[in-house]
Amino acid sequence: MKTIFEKSVPGREGCWPCEGMAEEAYIPAELLRDGDIGLPSASELDVVRHFTKLSQRNYGVDGNFYPLGSCTMKYNPKFTEIVAGMPGFTRLHPVLPQLQGAGGLCQGALEVMYETENLLSEITGMHAFTLHPMAGAHGELTGVMLMAAYHKDRGNKKTKIIVPDSAHGTNPASAAIAGYTVVSVESVDGIVDPAALAEVLDDEVAGMMMTCPNTLGLFEKNLPEIVAMLRKVDALLYYDGANLNAVMGKMRVGDVGFDIVHLNLHKTFATPHGGGGPGSGPVGVCEKLKPFLPISRVAKLEDGQFFLDYDYPKSIGYVAPFYGNFGVVLKAYAYILRLGRAGIIRASENAVLSANYMRKRLEDHFEIPFNRICMHEFVASASRQTKNDVHALDIAKALLDKGYHAPTVYFPLIVPEAIMIEPTETENKETLDRFIDDLIEIAELAVTDPAAIQAAPVTLPVTRLDETRAARAMELTDDL
Amino acid sequence: MPYVPHTESEVRDMLETIGVASISDLFAEITQEMRPKSFDLPEGLSEMEVLSKLEAMAGKNATDRTNFLGAGFYDHYIPAAVDALTMRGEFYTAYTPYQPESSQGTLQALFEYQTAVTRLLGMECANASVYDGGTALFEALMMAVRKTKRRKIIVSEALNPIYRVMLGSYTSNLDLEFVTVPHKGGMTDIDGLKAAIDDDTAAVLVQNPNFFGSINDFTELFAAARERKAVSVISAYPVLQTLLKTPGAMGADVAVAEGQSLGLPLSFGGPYLGIMTCTKQMVRQIPGRIVGRTQDSKGRTGYVLTLQAREQHIRRQKATSNICSNQSLCALRALVHMCALGELGMKRAARLSVERAHICAQRLTAIPGVELMTKGPFGNEFAVTLPINAFEIIAKLTARGFVPGFPLGRYYDGLENGLLVACTEKTSEEQIGIFAEMLKGALK
Repeated sequence: MKTIFEKSVPGREGCWPCEGMAEEAYIPAELLRDGDIGLPSASELDVVRHFTKLSQRNYGVDGNFYPLGSCTMKYNPKFTEIVAGMPGFTRLHPVLPQLQGAGGLCQGALEVMYETENLLSEITGMHAFTLHPMAGAHGELTGVMLMAAYHKDRGNKKTKIIVPDSAHGTNPASAAIAGYTVVSVESVDGIVDPAALAEVLDDEVAGMMMTCPNTLGLFEKNLPEIVAMLRKVDALLYYDGANLNAVMGKMRVGDVGFDIVHLNLHKTFATPHGGGGPGSGPVGVCEKLKPFLPISRVAKLEDGQFFLDYDYPKSIGYVAPFYGNFGVVLKAYAYILRLGRAGIIRASENAVLSANYMRKRLEDHFEIPFNRICMHEFVASASRQTKNDVHALDIAKALLDKGYHAPTVYFPLIVPEAIMIEPTETENKETLDRFIDDLIEIAELAVTDPAAIQAAPVTLPVTRLDETRAARAMELTDDL
Repeated sequence: MPYVPHTESEVRDMLETIGVASISDLFAEITQEMRPKSFDLPEGLSEMEVLSKLEAMAGKNATDRTNFLGAGFYDHYIPAAVDALTMRGEFYTAYTPYQPESSQGTLQALFEYQTAVTRLLGMECANASVYDGGTALFEALMMAVRKTKRRKIIVSEALNPIYRVMLGSYTSNLDLEFVTVPHKGGMTDIDGLKAAIDDDTAAVLVQNPNFFGSINDFTELFAAARERKAVSVISAYPVLQTLLKTPGAMGADVAVAEGQSLGLPLSFGGPYLGIMTCTKQMVRQIPGRIVGRTQDSKGRTGYVLTLQAREQHIRRQKATSNICSNQSLCALRALVHMCALGELGMKRAARLSVERAHICAQRLTAIPGVELMTKGPFGNEFAVTLPINAFEIIAKLTARGFVPGFPLGRYYDGLENGLLVACTEKTSEEQIGIFAEMLKGALK
């Protein structure tokens, strides 16, 4: 499909009348650019049609099942868009509450932030939350910065952060960017083994980053022991909230001893992923870490008025220009209010039920390396299919032809040929059954006609794309 | 129960297939000692109830004030097509395009976004965006540090102070040295910056227009940086960039921008858009997602995420950045905004904004005691010095329905009487007139 630049016709006007446009008179010529910018010139209908057609070459949860493991692609309720689009929120300039005498002009927005922080604190059992981090990985970076600030304040000499080998790639990357050395700890039978942890744990460890349930979908049942071990060396325990959707109402991160947690509002709390963002990655902390949270902090006066509090001398400072992705926070707040206590518990229960149902129905057809009760997702493997030269990637592509988005493949790294499936609680049983039936059919085809799977996809606008060519040619813009 | 479709009989069937008696058996590994000490959340509400609660909260925010507040974040008009197109579920409810064959819509849109922003900034390459203009600047600084393996950063004090505070926070655990070159009456001190560059300098960071609204040509500064093999980083304002000499033409190595002004509502601080562009030489240092054009097995054009060897899911702790996502939907909004307005509409919006700001400056400086702070050219934002404290004036006028601007004293000692005033194409001459009358009255 042609790009919008290829469709451009010089002189054609968009949705803004441009007749009689004056020459730039206020800025000296030597400070102005030469010539045209090269932005498209197209009619409004040209633009509408172009992007409508592009959207038809895309795939979202609204269209069909999206069992992308670790990404919690649940349904994004439509009414939350109305909330985020209310002019009382969209028109608010973020500097407003920082102006003397203008705090009264944004009490509703400050209240949303205050209430959301409280709700997230109760859901996770943490003492306080900041909404500032703008994505999960940004929350991780904030969390590691909090660790560093805590240890600096205590006079601790800490240089290392422990990350299990099953962790998301963002964990070690975040730790490294905050200046720490990353130490990996091997999993035993799919979970962190206290004995293996003991081998790498020493006084220089600032903290450990864990995902629970972990990326294999398994609950880390040695948690209490791990917490006790870390406490002994004054190391902090960090919870990567990517998989919180499994345990809401069943385990609170704060109660079991985690010191820092980031949540992914775009996963657990149903805000749309938008093709890769914007997300929101609020960070919660235990009481001793509250003084280090980013500023500003939203606070409530005795008379019920809300204000921004900057009086946190130990704060790590600004991680965002303002208060995080407020528009995303609004949607998550509306979602939590809609579900309420029972609805939130029900969400986790059904996410886990659906994952186990799928795992059980697939176990005769695919290798499932840790085949026991899982949480909200499980990891299968294409290792049986490889003897016919059919790999996880081929199975993923065959699923695209069946009209699904593929599961996450080749992650976690510790399972060869991994196929990571997360159904979420919002998919009905017919969808789960149809997907399983299709997957079983693909497994059978892998034996009878592997070439058919290796050739997939054939029903989409493009077949497999040449990634090597892309990296070599480096054609990153529509200019030659 | 909202959004959970399983009926009781389906749950029973599924439990039977799994081979457990109840849902609670699925959570048996979570022992009693790990169970919640409380879970005290409110009962759920209907969709209608939530909407009415949120409407009431939105109603506590004042949206009837006329706004001359900018400070890097501007209230530009957003064409209706932006919402209509970007809210399509195929874009809205998709994830990062890990399966390119079923994500050609997102991928081609991001490729077009990369094309649009590189043209706007006159640069060669772009990534598919980062969180916001501040994190983009931090990532640009880190690109320079990796490229030069040096540790000194020279930054103009006239660069947005919100970003300077962010940079300080982000680098507090890294072994970097910041040299801040003071502004000169709101102007970027180019000579001072030039003099500060030495053989240990990783990067020089400037903004155009700077925080005070003042416009510069940094060609000589960037040439001086290149001589010392330091990296030139500039933070730009995309709307005005339709008119101004581009970072590329000035010789910048990395050009970043806050993309909010391209089709994103102010929305109390986010979500916004971090635009990142660079020269070809720097592209392997750029963090985040990048889309590249390629071919499928039948020779048809298609798009994929490329140069992924830089990224965290491959390189883990050795990655260029920990960034996993981008602001894909915000980038899409920016692209649709630029396409809907088009080459001419974009320029016209910028010219109108500049014109209104100059009319406003004329009206305000006609008031006795009010003077322009900066002596050079400006675009759609300018700084004035008031005869009294700007905080007081802001409080007074805001109560009367006009938010007159940003108090420079919030971040700059000695500029307590400084007021930063912004206009956009949405600012009417009538509003400017009333604002000037009010200010005049308040200063009497």
